[in-house]
Amino acid sequence: MKNILLSHGGGGEEMNELINELIFKYFDNEILKETNDSAILKIDGEIAFSTDSYVVTPIFFSGGDIGKISVCGTINDLCMVGAKPLYLSVGFIIEEGLSFDEFEKILSSMSKIAKENDVKIVCGDTKVVPKGKCDKIFINTSGIGKIIHKIETKNIKNRAKILISGDIARHGSVIVAARDEINLESDLKSDCRSLKDIVMALFENNIYPQAMRDATRGGLSAVLNEWANFNKIEILLNEESIKVQDEVMGICELLGFEPYDLANEGTFVLAIDEKDSKKALEILKNFNENASIIGEVISDKNSRVILKNPYGVKRFLEYPKGELLPRIC
Amino acid sequence: MDLINDFRDKDLIFSLSNLIQKKSKKPLNIMEICGGHTHSIMKFGIHKLVGKNINFIHGPGCPVCVMPRSKIDAAIKLASMDNVIFTTLADMLRVPGSTSTLQKARSQGHDIRALYSPLDVIQIAKDNPDKKVIFFAIGFETTTPMTAVVVEKAIELGLKNLFFHINHVTVPAPVRALMNDENVKIDAFLGPSHVSVITGSKIYESIANDYKKPIAISGFEPVDILDGILNLVEQGENETYKVYNQYKRAVKLEGNLKAKELIDKYFKICDFEFRGLGNIPNGGVDLKDKYSYLNAKFVFDCNVESKKESKACICGEILKGRAKPYDCKIFSKVCNPQNPIGSCMVSSEGACAAYYKYAKENV
Repeated sequence: MKNILLSHGGGGEEMNELINELIFKYFDNEILKETNDSAILKIDGEIAFSTDSYVVTPIFFSGGDIGKISVCGTINDLCMVGAKPLYLSVGFIIEEGLSFDEFEKILSSMSKIAKENDVKIVCGDTKVVPKGKCDKIFINTSGIGKIIHKIETKNIKNRAKILISGDIARHGSVIVAARDEINLESDLKSDCRSLKDIVMALFENNIYPQAMRDATRGGLSAVLNEWANFNKIEILLNEESIKVQDEVMGICELLGFEPYDLANEGTFVLAIDEKDSKKALEILKNFNENASIIGEVISDKNSRVILKNPYGVKRFLEYPKGELLPRIC
Repeated sequence: MDLINDFRDKDLIFSLSNLIQKKSKKPLNIMEICGGHTHSIMKFGIHKLVGKNINFIHGPGCPVCVMPRSKIDAAIKLASMDNVIFTTLADMLRVPGSTSTLQKARSQGHDIRALYSPLDVIQIAKDNPDKKVIFFAIGFETTTPMTAVVVEKAIELGLKNLFFHINHVTVPAPVRALMNDENVKIDAFLGPSHVSVITGSKIYESIANDYKKPIAISGFEPVDILDGILNLVEQGENETYKVYNQYKRAVKLEGNLKAKELIDKYFKICDFEFRGLGNIPNGGVDLKDKYSYLNAKFVFDCNVESKKESKACICGEILKGRAKPYDCKIFSKVCNPQNPIGSCMVSSEGACAAYYKYAKENV
């Protein structure tokens, strides 16, 4: 089996081979092939610009891989501010010893998602580090998109309805279950996906949310607490409306996690004017039947998120804190 | 049967809640011994479903909460030795010692690993014959049998590089210690479920008889807990002192005999210093003398000078039911889950941590 060697990051012939024969094979477009020091792009109007780094373990998991996440993640970040994603950059930090097969699989899935979303990967960088200096492969992607309708967190208003585009915590649960230390058998698949089609479908139907945020690391609780703190608003959630798959619930119960704290990679939260909320829900449900209206902004003071359980008891939904560690007994 | 949703059934919960409130005529101080129950009570808001006569007292049954600074300091010392792989269960990483935590020691470059199963330490020891591998064993009767299995495997395989920093504790001893304190006002107990799977329900009969207090062993789901509380209310009203096994789907009268045999084979009862409660005679277990060659405290130098607990912390009073987390002056201010000062804030299953997370204020 052919493996990545330190020399593949050395700037010489091997690196040239890796880039020209493997990376360009998957990220094939005229801008990239210009091989200038920077990609030269034409964009008119307001643009959105975002970056993120991906260090997920394991790099292949049920429902995706680190390549798919790295492209979807940046596409989704652009979509969340109302932009149509256009161009991505990619930076690879590869651990010496990663097999060509694995790298090719990652490139292939990045290429597939980028093509499906009509996004070009126009510049990039590859570094190879000695064994043990990183965990197989780290990927950074940055993206530029054209603003279609600007969506900003600061626009959330009192009485806005809070919607979610699907069930929560699937990606976080898949990753926990797949890690070597646990090795739980599960049919669960990550929700990893691009949100571009969904956001564009909302816009095409003249639905313009007050705010949108994909609930990645920190999960639903992080998004809502950020919104509550930033806008000094109080959000009331109805726990019964938040869909959690049985398997996800089982993993959470087993390890002592809350599904609200676990990551999603293709599920987003929306704050929507009450008059648009039902129509928005219909559109979201076309993509995931578990989409629902989960709560509303009930006050423009207090900066807090309250979760009402099915028995009518309320509690705060806190920011997730510290490292997620499983309980002992 | 759905082992999660059926035990969270809304109608059943409302029925039990109504019955408890109807039958509860006089104040009842219920101690939930286990931190898992504290967590569930706060998470599901059960304290708001049982009426004003029920007062919950959060007991000493969280293995992380009861770990004293001195044991953590010793663990950090062991983990900081050269050529050592130090392993433990995850929650222990953030428990504060006098000046540091295992998590901080890990960030300084020491090889400290969180295990999901104690048995994983066997493979680590096999894979690293040139390193000394130390397992920081903690927990009540729930986790002790697994440590016994690891000890047995280590002996069978003749592993020369695996050692044990044993800090297992028992449930009955701290319960008795609390009840022998005249300042404690407990009328009934919610018995631990996971512990009881191992010990069996019978071990609580003498406690119920000696202190004339009813005990209901319950599962962790809302229906389990409310069913257990209903029984305690009925017993309180009828002045009976029986052990009610609500968690029959897992707990037998005699418990898990095989697990108990394994514990007896490798462990002996010892005294143990409980964080917040002080030294409790017969409160812990340690390896039997003939296995001292596996015992880290005999093989390595574990002596450390530990700082005393903060005077501002009132965890001891909280564990005795004489104070609530809100009564503590440092609660949620200096003492919070990121910077736990007292034992009850350390683990997510501690009383203060549960109050901090789920009920900082009434909403």
